[in-house]
Amino acid sequence: MREAPDLAALKARYPQAFRVAWAARLTGLGGLGAVLALAAFAMVRLDFSAARILNGLGRLGEFALLMLPPSPEGHLADFLRALAETLGIAFLGTLTAACLALPVAFLAARNVVPNPVLHFAVRRALDVMRSVDVLIWALIWINVVGLGPFAGALAIACADLGALGKLFSEAVETVDRKAAEGVTASGGGALHRIRFGLVPAVLPVLGSQVLYFFESNTRSATIIGIVGAGGIGQYLTELIRVLELQQVAFLVLMVLVTVALIDAVSGRLRRALIGGEPR
Amino acid sequence: MDTRIVPLAAERGAALEASYARAVAATRRRTILTLAAIAVLAVAAGFAAEVRPLVLLANLGGFTAYLGRILPPLTIANLGGDLAEWYWGLPKWAALLGETLLMAYLGTLLGGLAAFLLCFGAAANLARSRFGCVLTRRALEIFRTVPEVVFALIFVIAFGLGPMVGVMALAIHTAGALGKLFSEVVENIDMKPVEGLTAAGASRVEAIRFAVLPQVLSNFASYGLLRFEINVRGAGVMGFVGAGGIGQELLVAIRNFYYTDVSAILLMIIATVVLIDLGTERLRHHLIGLEQAR
Repeated sequence: MREAPDLAALKARYPQAFRVAWAARLTGLGGLGAVLALAAFAMVRLDFSAARILNGLGRLGEFALLMLPPSPEGHLADFLRALAETLGIAFLGTLTAACLALPVAFLAARNVVPNPVLHFAVRRALDVMRSVDVLIWALIWINVVGLGPFAGALAIACADLGALGKLFSEAVETVDRKAAEGVTASGGGALHRIRFGLVPAVLPVLGSQVLYFFESNTRSATIIGIVGAGGIGQYLTELIRVLELQQVAFLVLMVLVTVALIDAVSGRLRRALIGGEPR
Repeated sequence: MDTRIVPLAAERGAALEASYARAVAATRRRTILTLAAIAVLAVAAGFAAEVRPLVLLANLGGFTAYLGRILPPLTIANLGGDLAEWYWGLPKWAALLGETLLMAYLGTLLGGLAAFLLCFGAAANLARSRFGCVLTRRALEIFRTVPEVVFALIFVIAFGLGPMVGVMALAIHTAGALGKLFSEVVENIDMKPVEGLTAAGASRVEAIRFAVLPQVLSNFASYGLLRFEINVRGAGVMGFVGAGGIGQELLVAIRNFYYTDVSAILLMIIATVVLIDLGTERLRHHLIGLEQAR
């Protein structure tokens, strides 16, 4: 038989452990209250209504039934061409962004170009490019090169240039500087220092980041067609609008499978690049 | 002690040089092969994406001209008047931008909540059954692979136009993305406190509350803030498909060639995103500092 612990005696012996930390509790509750109050305000402001949600859920249920079974209904060739276009957009966009980001990153890295003005200017320019969404870039490029996948590739390149430039320059800044010092000590110039002291150390890191971006860009490239910049998004938008839900489900499945495949391949490539343990 | 560098014997030196040359040649071959593969893929992708370099070259002037056209005519003499004319729609745009921020906030909060509830089931060390774990993970994967705009397109038809739909789309995508990150954090915790509490008779919920949460909460908050930043950007384009926020206004301005409106709205979006970036970055560093101090 287990005895019930004598709580009163324990309390008397260890008052510390039983004291309620009112200050911490009140701050926690206050923070939670503020978060919930803002959420309630947001729901009112954004016209949340239970009736609409219930109605909508009913219709969503109908849609889910209409999606079964997923089928291309004779448009398989068109869909595959659109998928290839999507992959092309993602690949070219990522490649262009990576090629442009490499020199820019060295300009934006504090340990390569010790000029605070240039450093600041390049960083802010990258911030601006990064904060404009891919879809907005696509709209802008459509004005320049016309409708089609080319505008999509350029849009992805622009949006990624900002993100990759920032990541690359951070990688360059955190690199071990002993190698570069060694190159200088044995008589190398500034370019030698970059070529033999920095590039070999950062290239695998950069490569794995580029692979990550290719993965996420495959996802972005599927929606870029919504504004008319090519790829599978064009079909997706039209088919959702006319409620051809079986074909929509087929398209979504195609995208899911493609992304999973790219995930697997790039995961393997990334491990080969970094030389880590295969998991 | 007398140490001298003894030169290598001639044949050993030659062997060494030969093996060095072989190693360099092998690396060079691999580099060339990789570059060739990338080039072939790029050409294939170029065909798929209908790249027309000539069109780009011919219209590149158009890009700069476009940039020139969307910038407003500001004169020193009449700066106030010009600014007022440029930002003629400021009250409306500010309200829409506020709506966009609220959408991002609510989407992150609801999605984060769902992710929080699901992540313990998706973490291998806390899941109650292997089957449930795999099922949760697959669901999260689907939530984050389907882009939020696609969810928004479908929801707009089911629920009608409006910002509520945008919030739901953002929330679902957030649940998928955060659920994965959260479950990875949970998988990396120290299991000893959990074992201790379970041994003392705690239920699963009690074990999570007192042994897991203290270890993961600051990481969760940091990931949540990062997601909020991403969702602000995402909420900005929800209007393109009629799901609320400032996107609708921007789309109309770009499509109808209201040039100075484009730059005015874009600048507002960029400023907001950069400010939120900086703010959340500071908060996250603070959180990471807390984590390391523990």
